[in-house]
Amino acid sequence: MPHFVAPTDEAGIGAVDAVRISDKKSNLWLDAWRDLRGRWMFWIAGSIILILCVIALFPGLFTQMSPVACDLNFSNDGSSSGHPLGYTFQGCDVYSRIIYGTSTSLSVGLIVTVIVAAMGIVIGAFAGYYGGWLDSLLMRLGDMFFAIPYILAAVVVMSLFLKDRNILVISLAIGFFAWPSTARILRSEILRVKSADFVMASRAIGASGWRTLFAHVLPNSIAPVIVISTVGLAAAITAEATLSFLGVGLPSNFMSWGNDISQAQIRLRTDPLPLIYPSIALSITVLSFIMLGETVRDALDPKARALR
Amino acid sequence: MTAYIIRRLLQAIPVFLGSTLLIFSMVFLLPGDPILALFGDKTPTDAQYAALQAQYHLNEPFINRYLIYLGDLFKGDLGTTFRGQEVNDILARAFPNTLRLALLAIVIQLVFGVTVGLIAGLRKNSIFDHVSMLISLVLISLPVFVLAFIAQYVLGIQLELFRPTVSRGVPWADLMLPALVLAALNFAYVVRLTRTSVIETRQNDFVRMAFGKGLPTRRVIPVHVLRNSLIPVTTNLAADFGILIVGATVTEGIFNVPGVGHELFGAINRHDAPEIVSIVTVLVLIYVMVNLFIDLLYGVLDPRIRYVK
Repeated sequence: MPHFVAPTDEAGIGAVDAVRISDKKSNLWLDAWRDLRGRWMFWIAGSIILILCVIALFPGLFTQMSPVACDLNFSNDGSSSGHPLGYTFQGCDVYSRIIYGTSTSLSVGLIVTVIVAAMGIVIGAFAGYYGGWLDSLLMRLGDMFFAIPYILAAVVVMSLFLKDRNILVISLAIGFFAWPSTARILRSEILRVKSADFVMASRAIGASGWRTLFAHVLPNSIAPVIVISTVGLAAAITAEATLSFLGVGLPSNFMSWGNDISQAQIRLRTDPLPLIYPSIALSITVLSFIMLGETVRDALDPKARALR
Repeated sequence: MTAYIIRRLLQAIPVFLGSTLLIFSMVFLLPGDPILALFGDKTPTDAQYAALQAQYHLNEPFINRYLIYLGDLFKGDLGTTFRGQEVNDILARAFPNTLRLALLAIVIQLVFGVTVGLIAGLRKNSIFDHVSMLISLVLISLPVFVLAFIAQYVLGIQLELFRPTVSRGVPWADLMLPALVLAALNFAYVVRLTRTSVIETRQNDFVRMAFGKGLPTRRVIPVHVLRNSLIPVTTNLAADFGILIVGATVTEGIFNVPGVGHELFGAINRHDAPEIVSIVTVLVLIYVMVNLFIDLLYGVLDPRIRYVK
């Protein structure tokens, strides 16, 4: 058949045709997962955290000893059969106290992270997405909270709660002052995403402001929040231990690594071991969450990847 | 520059008012009676209760109490502790020690942190780089009191390099160990920031230009690369300072440094709520002012900041 039209350069259309729908999909999350899969640090941190979660949920699987069955006859004794890490000054089994303290640390970390993420996301999203006076108001509010280092704020709150201190109270005391950094990061990320073409397209086809926010803007700006939340979880665990260490944390009938370290500190010169073992447990837990945060950040942030 | 300073000063006023109001309302609006909290496990008599209520103006409406508190704060009166000491006197005695400790820690963290970060950044992916990154990760993970105990036990008690606790008169030599611990907290952040910043700065055209016109490395690295890499490190000093305040509370308690943190540590153990609140207020004020100062410094260091609306 003769050509009646001049042959056009079809490279552009050809490229579109060349895309096969059956090809593997790719987006930020899939890319991040492929990146994470290949990192030893991710697998080490992930497995430690998994083991810690199992210990926290089923402490009975790991020790037969009760952490509160203490016998002063064994005060500060070294390790013996069935008591691999020895005894505290009160004659309690160090190993079982560490096992039972895991759930306290992880619960506080998790609850604080949920509080901080919820407050940070709501405030940051409203400020960034709606802008205007609401933005200024919320961000100035954030500045006020940010001006108080959150551990100091928690010290004040906890020193007023003498009677009913528990995991929820301490988590609220830490979390209530830790949200501004999450809100700031989400806000600046939303400001960046808001002007993207796909957001305008969503509004143009008639999607409501809420739908655009939840279906398009938030999913595309949430990545830094996930990173800061992982590192924040580690910080919350440290904060709980620090408050317990200072004497404004959980009461002594709670199993808490911070409490055990605090009680062992007086005899550091003669019997350092009951202080060292819970410190190791605490440090490993914090380290694994920070390592997880590092790898997730590198995986989600192409800029960080390039700098590596 | 003047406009920038004025704008920044005006922004600090609501932050200052808001954060003091926050601390104040935490104390008086939370469930839990501050007077009962003072007495801990004991119960005050009615007369004691009434006297304390009058002393702390607790029978007046909330907003009046806040204004009285703010007025006292402006007059420089921080109130009295539960033991009847003036908070001003306590701080006047304790503050110089904390200042010396903090200065020592900042100098150590900057000197070592910037040096390690610079070498790591210049030799990206070398053994030195990987080892310093790993060490910084471990240092970030160690809670301050764990680090303090390790330092006290290993360097102080076992190796006897330093005195495990500070002696009377607080000589500089005794402050070295707590300062090292405090410096270690932020060392990791300084190293990482410097390293990233050095890697970024090195890719700039002006660095290639400097090499291209034949300047020796020993001039390009300190003058062109390092100076431009230090801006993020300087701004981050504000965040470092927040860590330093909390860290000082713990380290001063452990090493027995008679500073502000030690007083706070003691006040917490004595359940002295008025003293805790006064000291925390002062620390927050210092924190706000340091933040302000560093922001102004940032404006001096980086002209681009001044002209942004």
